[in-house]
This record gives sequence, C-alpha cells and structure tokens, in this order.
Amino acid sequence: MMKGLKKWRLFTLLTALTIFLAGCGQQEISTLLPAGEVAKDQFNLLLLSSGIMLFVILVVVIIYVIALFRFRRSKLGEDHMPEQVEGSNVLELVWTVIPILLVLLLAVPTVYYTYKLGNVTAMGAVDDDGNAENLVVDVKAKLYWWEFDYPDLGVTTAQELVVPMNEKVYFNLIAADVKHSFWIPAVGGKLDNNVENVNKFYLIFEKDSRDLEEGVFFGKCAELCGPSHALMDFKVKTLTRAEFDEWVLAMQATEGATADKASADQGEAIFAESCISCHAVSGAGDPAYLGVDHAGAVGPNLTTFGDRNRVAGFMDHDEDSLKKWIADPQKYKPGNTMPAFDHLSDAELDALAGYLMGLSVEK
Amino acid sequence: MSSVAQKKGFGAWLWDWLTTVDHKKIGILYLLGGGFFFVLGGIEAVLIRIQLLHPNSDLISAGLFNQLITMHGTTMIFLAAMPILFGFMNAIMPLQIGARDVAFPFINSLGLWMFIFGGLFLNISWFMGQAPDAGWTSYTSLAITSEGHGVDFYSIGLQIAGGGTLMSGINFLVTIINMRAPGMTYMRMPLFTWTTFIASAMILFAFPPLTIGLFFLTFDRLFGGNFFDHTMGGNTIIWEHIFWIFGHPEVYILILPAFGIFSEVFPTFSRKRLFGYTSMVFATVLIGFLGFMVWAHHMFTVGLGSTANAIFAVATMAIAVPTGVKIFNWLLTMWGGSIKVTVPMLYAIGFIPSFVMGGVTGIMQGAAPLDYQLHDSYFIVAHFHYVIIGGVVLSILAATHYWWPKMFGTLLDETLGKVTFWFFFIGFHMTFLIQHWLGFWGMPRRVFTYMDGQGWNAANYISTIGAFLMSIGVIVLVYNIIVTTVKNKRVGNDPWGDGRTLEWATQSPPVYYNFPQTPLVRGLDTVWIEKQEGNESGYTPAVPLQDIHMPHGSIIPFLMSFGLFMAGFGAMFRLETSWGLSLLVFGLFWTFVTMSIRSVKDDLGYYVPKEEILRDMKREGGQK
Repeated sequence: MMKGLKKWRLFTLLTALTIFLAGCGQQEISTLLPAGEVAKDQFNLLLLSSGIMLFVILVVVIIYVIALFRFRRSKLGEDHMPEQVEGSNVLELVWTVIPILLVLLLAVPTVYYTYKLGNVTAMGAVDDDGNAENLVVDVKAKLYWWEFDYPDLGVTTAQELVVPMNEKVYFNLIAADVKHSFWIPAVGGKLDNNVENVNKFYLIFEKDSRDLEEGVFFGKCAELCGPSHALMDFKVKTLTRAEFDEWVLAMQATEGATADKASADQGEAIFAESCISCHAVSGAGDPAYLGVDHAGAVGPNLTTFGDRNRVAGFMDHDEDSLKKWIADPQKYKPGNTMPAFDHLSDAELDALAGYLMGLSVEK
Repeated sequence: MSSVAQKKGFGAWLWDWLTTVDHKKIGILYLLGGGFFFVLGGIEAVLIRIQLLHPNSDLISAGLFNQLITMHGTTMIFLAAMPILFGFMNAIMPLQIGARDVAFPFINSLGLWMFIFGGLFLNISWFMGQAPDAGWTSYTSLAITSEGHGVDFYSIGLQIAGGGTLMSGINFLVTIINMRAPGMTYMRMPLFTWTTFIASAMILFAFPPLTIGLFFLTFDRLFGGNFFDHTMGGNTIIWEHIFWIFGHPEVYILILPAFGIFSEVFPTFSRKRLFGYTSMVFATVLIGFLGFMVWAHHMFTVGLGSTANAIFAVATMAIAVPTGVKIFNWLLTMWGGSIKVTVPMLYAIGFIPSFVMGGVTGIMQGAAPLDYQLHDSYFIVAHFHYVIIGGVVLSILAATHYWWPKMFGTLLDETLGKVTFWFFFIGFHMTFLIQHWLGFWGMPRRVFTYMDGQGWNAANYISTIGAFLMSIGVIVLVYNIIVTTVKNKRVGNDPWGDGRTLEWATQSPPVYYNFPQTPLVRGLDTVWIEKQEGNESGYTPAVPLQDIHMPHGSIIPFLMSFGLFMAGFGAMFRLETSWGLSLLVFGLFWTFVTMSIRSVKDDLGYYVPKEEILRDMKREGGQK
C-alpha cells in the first residue's frame, strides 16, 4: 500500500513535470517535444534528473524557510544566546548517504544511455551482397553551411538533410575549416564536428516533417565558429523509406547535370558563367569521401535548391531574398566565403533567381 | 622610514600606493581593480542582452558581438571575480590567522601589478579595434584562424595576469602553512582561511596548464608554432583538454572562497558556531580534489567515446555529495540560532536556493547523454550564471558589506544595501531562470541574433529586462560606497557585535602591523571564546610587547610588471612594425634588470619600535 502510494506520487510528479517542461517550445526545434528515439531517451533522462533535482530543491527550501521563520532574532529577543552545537554525526551521515543514493539513482541510467547512444558498431555492417545495411551520412561543416554526402548511394546535397524515418541513420562528422557542432534538438543531442578526426553517432527520425508547421526540423551549429555562427542553420526533411528511395533515384538521375553557357535560359547561362565553379547542380556522382578529402565542394550543392525551405539556411525562401543574398552575401552572413555578385543587373539577378528556384528533384 | 601618519602631498600618496607591500592595502587595490573590471564586464553583458532583446536585431554587428561575449567572460572570470576574491583574501586572511603580513610581501605586490597590467593589456584591445573574439575558452581551430590581434591580446594578457595569480596562490599557501599565530592549529582555522588554502593549492596545480596552453597558443599565432594547427600535425582537441584541466578547477577556485565567505557570515548572524566544522573542512578538501578529476565533462560532445564519457559523468556527479553536505551544514547553522537579517546575511540567505539551483543543473549536465542536448545551449549559460552569480557574485557582495567596516572603518548603508540586494537578486533570477527553457527550446549559446518564429522571443525579452534590474542594483551599490565614504562614520573593532574570528579583535581598519602583540588562539572562533569568558578586547596576547619587524615598500614589482606589459606589445607587433622587435627585447631586458636589482639589493626590512606601538595603543584606548 505504502509502495503503491509512493509510485502514485512519483507518477504524479513526473506527469506534472512533463506538462511543465513540455508546456512551450516548437516541434521543429524543441528538445522537450522529442521526435525520435535518441531524443526520447535523452528526454527521459531529463525527466528523471529534473525529478530528483526538484526533490532536492524542495527539501532545502522547506528546511530553510522554517529556519528563517522560527529562529529570527527579532522573535527570540536581542539577548537570546543559542546553544553552540558542534554538529551531529547522525545528521551529517544522513546528508552524505542520501545524496550518494540519489546520485546512484541517476548514474545507472546515465551510464546505460551513454553506451547505448555511443554504440556505432553496426555502422559498417554489410549484407551478403556487400551492400551497406544501414544508411550512413557524411556531414561536413563549413563556414557557414553544411554538406551532406551519402557515400553508399553516391548522392550529395547541402543545407537540407533528407532522411528516411524509423531506422537508425548513422553520421560521420567532420569540419572542413574550424570546429562546428551538429545539433538537431528535436531529434537528438549534438556531437562536434572536429577538424582533425571523424566523429560517429546515430539518430532515429520518427516524426514526419510534413506534419510540422514549417515542413522541416531545424538543425543548428552549436559551437562558436566565427561571426556567422548564429546563422549556420540547416533543415531536416524526413520521408518514408519508399519516398526516400525515390528521392535517391531522382538525385542519382541528375548525374552529369550541368549548366550550359549557351543556354536559352538567361539564368542558366549566368549560372554557368559565374557560379558553376563553386556550386554543382548535380547531386549524383562521387561525393568526396571523408578522410580522402576533408574539404569537399567549395560551395553548397544546389541540385535541390528549389525544394528547400530557406535561402542560405535562414532567409525566406523566395526570389527576393535570393537576389539580395547573391548581390551581397557578406551583408547577410558576415565572414562567409562567397564573393558578392553585385555587378549583375536586376534583370540578370531575376533570371538567375528564377533558374535557381527551378532546380528541383521532387516533382 | 616613519610609520606615523603624516599629511602628505598627492605625489607621496600615490608613491605610497604604488610601492605598498602591506597586504591590507594590496587587498584594497585588488578590490579597486576587480571592481572596475566588474563594472566593465557588466556593461559588456548589458550590451549583449540589448542585442538579444528582439529577434533579427542589427544593433551590434556579428563580429563585435563575438568580441563582447569573449571579453565579458574573460573579464568576469580573470579580471573581476578572482581579483575581488583575492582582495578579500589579502585583506582578511592574514588577520584571521593572526599574522603580521603575508609570507612574501614583495611577491604579493608583484602578483597585484601583474594582474593590473595583464587586465589593462587585454582591454587596450578595444581601443585598437581588435578585441579577442574566439570565446573565453578560445578553442583553437577558431582562435588560430581569428584575424587581427584579438586572440594575441587574449593569450599575452592572460599570461601576464595568470602569472600574478599563480604567485598570489603560492604566497597564500605559504602564509597559511607558516604564519599562523600560536595555537591556531589547522582545525581551528576559520573556514574562509581554509577555503583560501584549498583554492590556493588548486591555483598551484591549475595555473601551470593554462600557462603552457597560452604559451603554445602565443607561439602558434606569433612565432609559427604548430601545436594546434591540424594541417601541420597539431591537434586542436589538446587545447580543449589543456584549457579545461585549468578551466574546471578554476570554477572551484572561485566557488570555494565563496563558500568560505558564507561559512563566516552564517555563524556570525546566527550567533552560533558553524554546524559540522570538521565535515565542512573535509568537504572543502574533497571538492578541491574532485575539481581536478572532472574536466572532461566540458567535452562530452567532443567525441571522447562512451567509456570516457561514462567515467567523467559519474565522477562529476560525485561532487554533489560534499557540496550537499555543505548546504545542509549551513542550514543547520541557522537552525536553532538567533538569525539577524543584515545585508551580508541577506546575501547568504539568497545564496542558498540560487546556488542549489545552479548545482543541480550541473548534475543534470553531468548525465552525459542529457548533456548532448544541453551542452552549448542556453541551458548551460543559465547553469553557469546560477553558479557564478548565485554563488561567487553573491558571496562577493556579501563580503563587501560584511568586511567593509573592517577594511575601511565605516559601515555601508544597510537600507541602500537592501535596495541593491533586491534589485540584483530579482534581476538575476529574471535574467537566467528563463534561459534554462531557451536551452530546452533549442537556442544555442553565443548567437549574436536569432530568427523570428522559433519561439524564443518572449523569453529573450524577459531575460534582457532582468539584466537591467541587476544593473540598477549595481549602480545603487556604487552610490552606497560613495555616500558611505564621504560620510565616513567610524565604527569599532566588532561593528556587527557577534564577530567570532580573529579579524574582529583588531581595529577597523587595522594598524599597518595588524596586532600590537601576536594573539594566542585557544580554540575555534577564538574571539567568541574570549568574549564569552569576559575578555572584551577579544584576544589574549601570546607574547610580550616587543619591536615588530616589517618589510619595506618597493616600486620594483610595478616596474617589473610594466616590463612584461611592454614586451607583450613588442611580441605582438614584432613583424609588422619597425619598433616591435626592439620593444620586445627592451621589455624583457627591463624585466630582467628589475629582477636583478631585486636579487642584488639587500633589503632586510625595519623594526617598529615598542614605544611607537605603545603610543598607538594609548591613542586607540583614548578614542574608546
């Protein structure tokens, strides 16, 4: 009976805590509304630790408030002489042992989840035909954008990560210039993109991003990387496995796609003239593998530009923002490595923006 | 050399302060310097919060914002919190152990001037348009590629200031080991002395790694070294380890003296001895030890592997145990006491819930998998401000009010003090409580702006308003200090009436030789014991009245630090100006010459004659 009562109490506390913690925040980005197993594990740990911590705070505050009310000099009189107690072995033992127990209560699941979330042994597994069993994505962080290579599929994209739902997606993380940190708050905790070594971890995406208000999850760079650190956002689109396979086929079909200087489309011609040396419009081919070439492409791959949610990771996805960006990228993302194309006329910018917005594989 | 106070001109007055080796005056100089930098760091903080008041704000540019956050962190830790604590250690600790002075008065002065010149060096960067911008941690991939001289100002300025800190730490250690009055056994030392002792021992072990790290960074940036350049075989993760092997103990170097201060305030204003003194001492030592064992919890997301993360997670949580012991001992010190809520006590009372909240969020981050979500988000900003402001800054404000009469002989105004407290305390919780949720909602730290529509607007707005309230509190404090100093109403030896430790047995402010006769310590809280036994003066002399040996003042520490200051500029502009290399050589030469003078010149100090001490005592008696 007593035990049942305690469980009931714990349950109420946790429920109250869940409501309190999940009260606000947006689904696209809040760690309190987990959209995958990794984030859920971490959220459970948050609930457990918050419960323990609130208990500690509560005990301290109760003792403290009572002491303050009962033992005020104004109540006891100016001459009151308290007993000069030395201490109490029993009491001191109590508040040594109880914290140890509380810490153990938290330490056990902590160690369990640390090993669970750090387990990437299945990463390189292949089936009988030598095909990779799991999806692996190479993430290269750069000033200030993200490149996503799918080495086993021969597909490359940038700024917008596309992943299948309900399976483990493994990530190789590295930085091409300075240190960054890869973080999709709603889906799972971060891991750093170091400059000298590859970090590996996995995430599981369980929620369909089309149900979100913005249609994508928000990803962030969590490590100070220069002036535009705050603007180094990326987006995540989740698809069913079948849709994802379709997307991969569409990406692979862009193999060899390029822009033609002699094109009748003025935008394509300008792109071929000014942009193609840094930005590819083919999402297929040989992505630069990690370890072989840290740097990867010079600029973000634009094959899926028309399908994206933002320009440059954070500006509205419309032609107006795009034109502003091309004409003066330093103004909007200081310290990035793209030169300004302010010599283009308005008409040329219009044409270029129109061409870029038309780049799409999702039709 | 006469010690009798005389009317002196401005020049003589200035010379006196520049050459002083008196620990009490050095303490005051530390407070002045630290207070100045505290205000400076506060202004930087308010600018940061103003920029984040609204989404997409373009008031402060991205580059300038990164300079502001870097300088705010660096200034508050190295140039404000630590020097102010050093100020109190200098002014109070020797009195608490009944010493005449610190063990090495000359080095004490050298430490002070190196801090001042290092701090100046760092902040001159603002006037040269290139302040450090790689964060107070200066992670090296970014720090090495950072353009201009910003990071050089950081590495050289901190090197100079850090050298001073190391010297002061050694000095306090030797002082406490060697200069305790007769009868002052280790287990009779006041808690503030104990925490100074442990913090100094931590400085001894934590600052050398910082020195080495900064040395490497300086060489990478200025002299073509490749310690951290991964394209040349260096490794940036090494910097992170070196930095945090220093950086984690550093936060305990700050918080332990804060614990010490509150361990003095609680008994005094509860009129009751500290509950569980022995376990308090033991907990302090244990925290000092564990502080070195957990640095990698700052690096859970670096990719150390599951085993390293698990070990450091559990080690980190272990710190909760001794810290918890301390919290409950303070609570039980109040329990059954006679609590008088003065301004210092108000800060102590405010400290308990604030620090407990900061502590428990630290444990949450110690749970490594949870830290993957919380690390480098606004949650961690909230956490460390709860610990540093809720612990260290509240203790500094408490100590300011508590020991002000001892240091300056006049009491800060209690009403104004309470106004400061309430503005500061409410502003503090308003600024930082909501930031925990900003972190949960996915806001990374160190962002100069944020886009609309992510659900962060209202919380950021509230946070900024809180920062304004804190500023009002600090302004009232400055006003309080000015008014009090102008009024200059004198107080007696023990203005709080319930002083327990030795500093309350001497005059306020103390004479330059501290005690006319070295006191005899007969137990913990010696002044309290003496008073209980009817000895109103609060102390029993251990020796007959005799001549007192005192050290001479010296300008050499000032000159020596100035030499390093010049050499720093020389090193920085070595390649791009014609005078850089010469200045580097000249600055180092200057320093070596001043060091040689110090080595060669025999200075045996002087004696204060017995007659003068008797005269002082009579005058003091006359005033009573």
